[in-house]
Amino acid sequence: MTMSALIIDISLWGSVLVLGIIAFRRGRVVVVSAAREGAMDFINIVPRIALGVIGSGYIAAVIPPEIITGWLGPDSGWLGVLTAVIAGGLTPGGPVVGFSIGAVALKVGGGSPQVIAYVVAWALFAFQRLILWEIPFMPARFVWFRAAVSVPFPFLAAALAMAIGKP
Amino acid sequence: MKEPAPADELAEAEAGQRRKRKPVGWSMIFIAVLVAVSATLVYRRDGIDGVLKILTHDLWLFGEILPRVLAGCLLGAFITEILPHEKVSRSLGPNSGLKGLLIGTAFGAILPGGPFTAYPVAAALLTVGADFGATIAMVVSWTLIGYGRAVAWELPILGTDFTLWRIVISLPIPILAGALGRFVYVRMYPKGEPS
Repeated sequence: MTMSALIIDISLWGSVLVLGIIAFRRGRVVVVSAAREGAMDFINIVPRIALGVIGSGYIAAVIPPEIITGWLGPDSGWLGVLTAVIAGGLTPGGPVVGFSIGAVALKVGGGSPQVIAYVVAWALFAFQRLILWEIPFMPARFVWFRAAVSVPFPFLAAALAMAIGKP
Repeated sequence: MKEPAPADELAEAEAGQRRKRKPVGWSMIFIAVLVAVSATLVYRRDGIDGVLKILTHDLWLFGEILPRVLAGCLLGAFITEILPHEKVSRSLGPNSGLKGLLIGTAFGAILPGGPFTAYPVAAALLTVGADFGATIAMVVSWTLIGYGRAVAWELPILGTDFTLWRIVISLPIPILAGALGRFVYVRMYPKGEPS
């Protein structure tokens, strides 16, 4: 287990413990019913997560990162931003894949505003994260609503990057 | 804008405090179809070995994630139980204004953990009275300016300069996304959220 995974687990279970103690001070019944509720949520969510996690490997295998990188060529200007946003939404896999593709794009001559747009779009609405994480936990209507509302913002980020001339 | 709920309805919600379990919806069916199609494509390209290789890798990942998912679910359940509903509706509800969006943004930025914490906690906030706008601000803030992923992945891969500017540029986005969410929401559902 890596160091960062350990830190995540400690802070995560530490938060559970703190909230559990706060709940316990409201009475045993509160803790027990909350814990039961959480466990039921867990049981309910496991099949959804299973489908997402086990399925996402296949989705990622069908959309290899090289295809995405190709979309992020040194095509500058707003057309480049648009392809970057689409590429961000379509990028499969975890944080390593998304950020690495951004790094590769910078190296092969992609402009910063385009790469900013790519990273922001990927963070906001990479379809695989929506499917794998957000849909199982949250009301589907909220997820689609949030994703739709997020669409303008990679473009805004690119515009800001162009305006200030950074990074 | 939603009418404030009558007092006894609120008390009942407070006592019941149970969120509905989600039925299998179109989103899950869509995902299942997508996975089935992708798995078939992998089978036709790489044969059964390719399919099994991905399966074992992802099963391993799944086993690793499971305890964290449990922690996330417990976190969400405790928050639902502990946070007072009237206070949450006041500070994160549809009438909470810019302050609600700022609180959501700050909360998303400091939230520890990964998606297994952010989404259960966001779902809990929705349950206890936060509106779509404030919850959008929280989720977007977590994903764009939360330190977890930036420190662990973005900084080493994309470098300090890029990461810092990317975060600075992203700072206004959670608030703007939350505000846009509210703006669209009250026009889509003028009579409050359909159930």
